[in-house]
Amino acid sequence: MRFLRAIGSNGKATTGAILLAVFVFLALFPGLFAHDDPTAEIYPKNLGPSAQHLFGTTGLGQDVFAQAVYGTREVLVIAFGAGLAATLIAAVIGVTAAYLGGFWDSVLNLFTDVVLVIPLFPLLIVISAYVQNSGTVVLIAVLTFTGWSYTARQLRSQALSLRNRDFLAAAKVRGERAWYVITVEILPTMISLLVAAFLTNALYAVLFASSLQFIGLGDPNATSWGTMLYWAQNNEALQAGYYLQAVVPGGCIALLGAAFALLNYAFDEIGNPALRPVRRRRARIRPLERLSRA
Amino acid sequence: MRFVLRRAGFFLLTLWAAVTLNFFLPRMMPGNPAVAMMAKFRGRISGQELTTLETIFGVNSHQSLPAQYVHYLGDMATGNFGTSLFFFPSPVSQVVRTAIFWTLGLVGITTILAFALGTGVGIVAAWRRGGLTDSIAPPLLVIASAIPYFWVGMMFILIFGVKLQWLPWSGGADITATPGWSMDYVVNVLEHAILPALALLITTIGTWTLTMRNNMVTTLAEDYVRMARAKGLPSSRIMLDYAARNAVLPNLTGFAMSLGFIVGGAILIEYVFNYPGVGYMLLQAVENEDFPLMQALFLLITVAVLVAILLADIATAIFDPRTRSAQ
Repeated sequence: MRFLRAIGSNGKATTGAILLAVFVFLALFPGLFAHDDPTAEIYPKNLGPSAQHLFGTTGLGQDVFAQAVYGTREVLVIAFGAGLAATLIAAVIGVTAAYLGGFWDSVLNLFTDVVLVIPLFPLLIVISAYVQNSGTVVLIAVLTFTGWSYTARQLRSQALSLRNRDFLAAAKVRGERAWYVITVEILPTMISLLVAAFLTNALYAVLFASSLQFIGLGDPNATSWGTMLYWAQNNEALQAGYYLQAVVPGGCIALLGAAFALLNYAFDEIGNPALRPVRRRRARIRPLERLSRA
Repeated sequence: MRFVLRRAGFFLLTLWAAVTLNFFLPRMMPGNPAVAMMAKFRGRISGQELTTLETIFGVNSHQSLPAQYVHYLGDMATGNFGTSLFFFPSPVSQVVRTAIFWTLGLVGITTILAFALGTGVGIVAAWRRGGLTDSIAPPLLVIASAIPYFWVGMMFILIFGVKLQWLPWSGGADITATPGWSMDYVVNVLEHAILPALALLITTIGTWTLTMRNNMVTTLAEDYVRMARAKGLPSSRIMLDYAARNAVLPNLTGFAMSLGFIVGGAILIEYVFNYPGVGYMLLQAVENEDFPLMQALFLLITVAVLVAILLADIATAIFDPRTRSAQ
């Protein structure tokens, strides 16, 4: 409840939440909105927008609107799948490192740092090139494998700051095992950080998955926004003036990405009061400013 | 000094990790895709080159895995990346050299510009909390950070290339132009760089602004800023020397860290604009299953990012004495 109220009281969070809810609804019930089969190549090619085909048709004669609506599901599955998995792995590695300390902390931390600095997208490209025409599950796996490190680092430093708290000492004295302390005692205290990390990871999953599909490293027969862009680029839709084929899926990606980014930004503000809009604080700062100008 | 040595050690470790990834990835995949690729090119390559490729990918090899690995490390250390299959018979290192020139020009300059501009806007936004810049820039940039790089490029092509026909949108220069230091050619190259550079600038500037603004908000609340104000120092001095100087330090590390992301975005921008740089070549190599070229480019990109990180670390150590003693 507190969570919902926080979202409701912040304009950015409200916008992001509504956007995300719309996309989730589209992904769950695409048939309610689009009546065409997204893969059927049955219409005249490269039609402009009309009442029949709201966003026109593709170079293969598919309905662009239906593709955009049905494509939502794949993108969301990747976003939530890779976002959750990466956050989970990060939590396990980061918090374990901080909790165990000493040698294991150094090893895990070094491992995290190495993964962190190897350039992500080129690595994704190389892996996908070897896998060839990766489907949804492979994409999620690859994005997870490459995307957890930044979050792990964040969570580690947060956990480090908790290390000497009394409730952890109490758990230790009770003789609890490490995994119990980590999952039951430490992780619940970091919920807001975990949510923020999930939102970031989901955003990157959307962007990277779409990018990989766009350069032809996804499954070319899947219905997803990145694949739509791939076909638009392949058929030179922009140069030929069929701009909707590229504008629509790209716009969808941007909107979904914006939903995650806005929620994340709002979470920063909720979690870190210093970043909130300043209206209320101004009175306190003013006298000092006047002092400096005098 | 110890700090720098530590970072140099980290540099070597990461480099080794990247090389090892390169070695094991094709071998881990079901059916070793490199074997299929080699089979395809069998008739066209001969003798020496074939042997090099076989050691790189472990095809037809009678050596044990550890022996292959040692051999591979040796090849990488001596810069023997094998022969490009697509640009046959050029060795990979030669193919790569021309691409670097284009990427450094486009991505290098644009990245530095984005960092400088983004940081500047961030400083102003934080200094004038709640002012015009502060209320417009951050939300706008948050949304901009959610837009795929390549799509911005596509929209630029659509608007400024196809519709308005202001600027060229394909390649690094006209094919008909003769390379050289003539005025015509330089102008031609610059014209071709404008759209991809703008696309890259717009999509990367947001990160710098946001992180700089948020760091700056934190440092502005520090006691030493209060102290500076109490002393009556001029505003510009407090803003730049006191608050911004300390706020930019974490950003410097962030700058290096996110270079990996920038390189990734640059790959897509180069692809969309057919810009003949490292990223475009990487994707061409992928498309043509030219795995030796792909591996070499991946390593090259990794090394570039690592060097940048090392430089940023050293710069941080110079500007921020605290890091030197901390570890």
